Amino acid sequence: MSDNTNQKKEALFSPKSMKLLANPMGKDNPITVQVLGICSVLAITVQLRTSLVMAISVVVVMGFANVIISLLRKTIPPRIRIIVMLTVIASLVILVDQVLKAFVYDVSRQLSVFVGLIITNCIIMGRLEAFALSNKPWPSFLDGVGNAAGYAWVLLAVGFFRELLGSGTLMGYQVIPNILYELGYENNGFMILPPMALITVGIIIWIHRYRDRDLIDIS
Amino acid sequence: MEEYISIFVKSVFIDNMVFAYFLGMCSYLAVSRTVNTSVGLGFAVIFVLGMTVPINYLLENFVLGRGALAWIGPQFASVDLSFLTFIMFIAIIAAMVQLVEMIIEKVSPTLYNSLGIFLPLIAVNCAILGGSLFMQERNYANIAEAASFGLGSGVGFFLAIVGIAAIREKIRYSNVPAPLRGLGITFILTGLMGIAFMSFMGIEL
Repeated sequence: MSDNTNQKKEALFSPKSMKLLANPMGKDNPITVQVLGICSVLAITVQLRTSLVMAISVVVVMGFANVIISLLRKTIPPRIRIIVMLTVIASLVILVDQVLKAFVYDVSRQLSVFVGLIITNCIIMGRLEAFALSNKPWPSFLDGVGNAAGYAWVLLAVGFFRELLGSGTLMGYQVIPNILYELGYENNGFMILPPMALITVGIIIWIHRYRDRDLIDIS
Repeated sequence: MEEYISIFVKSVFIDNMVFAYFLGMCSYLAVSRTVNTSVGLGFAVIFVLGMTVPINYLLENFVLGRGALAWIGPQFASVDLSFLTFIMFIAIIAAMVQLVEMIIEKVSPTLYNSLGIFLPLIAVNCAILGGSLFMQERNYANIAEAASFGLGSGVGFFLAIVGIAAIREKIRYSNVPAPLRGLGITFILTGLMGIAFMSFMGIEL
């Protein structure tokens, strides 16, 4: 690749755009650092399967919402931007909802209202407002996917521990061997209850900030 | 009358928006630094939920649901617009929030300034849309039941956010491990409050 083309147009996977993708995984993580989009993390992480479906849905919605808003960014009047964004997100969520109902009906029943609540997931609004409204489509897409992936790994981590400790299964398959149960191991039923999701996220934040000292809240 | 009170109490304590369903966590975590702002946000949420749930109830029953359009004429009886639910609900909510924003700006500019960005973000507060979606899922019998559910959920959110704000004001003077300070401890506190609220579970009303 010659320097000439680089000056005119940035390469698709330049270090700068990789950063957009990678930062939200760690020190810009939407959940543990920016505190956005907590609701769904907590409610649907009882099982790994529901967490996975939710994570994929959010990646899809967020990637496309960012691209659409970024394409429209010059035509949206600032006064009504919130309702425009909500309409775009809502249309995408309707698509995802219909696809889930068609292909994985049981999971869609379990997620119940939480698919609809992707619309009000603050990460999506937050990124649209902070990034897509002032950037070109491709970086916006990377930013959207990166943030959604940062959201997804926390979701999967919480789902993993809650299902493993709470029901002794992963994706619905038993992973704790029967011999342990015979020796007196018990599933921790407490992990299935809603408050434990909060405490699990609290512990993830603790570990994350312990390893990355810059993030410690000094106020 | 009795069933309205029972729906109200149920949605305040047993099905609390924050502790049982984790809805509205974003603003709950971000605005709960001081009791004053959290009281303001709490009232705004009560108002918006109390208004939007009954309006969306009407929308659901006379426009969106299966056969809901039958009142126009028999040929509309088979129309099912339920796939438009999300868009219609969110449009009503965004309009209501805009209204509340204008009222607060007029009545109390100090509160308006302290709520800042979180006022327009009530529109994307999951508790509000969640309220309407739960209303749809639970099939309330009439608009008064839907209204008492909406108000009750709002009061539940109010209780939760004022409670956590009070605890956070106190905990500032405690010796929390450094990496846990701020966000981390708030999560764990909310979890503990949630466990306390679980004692209401299983109460039949």
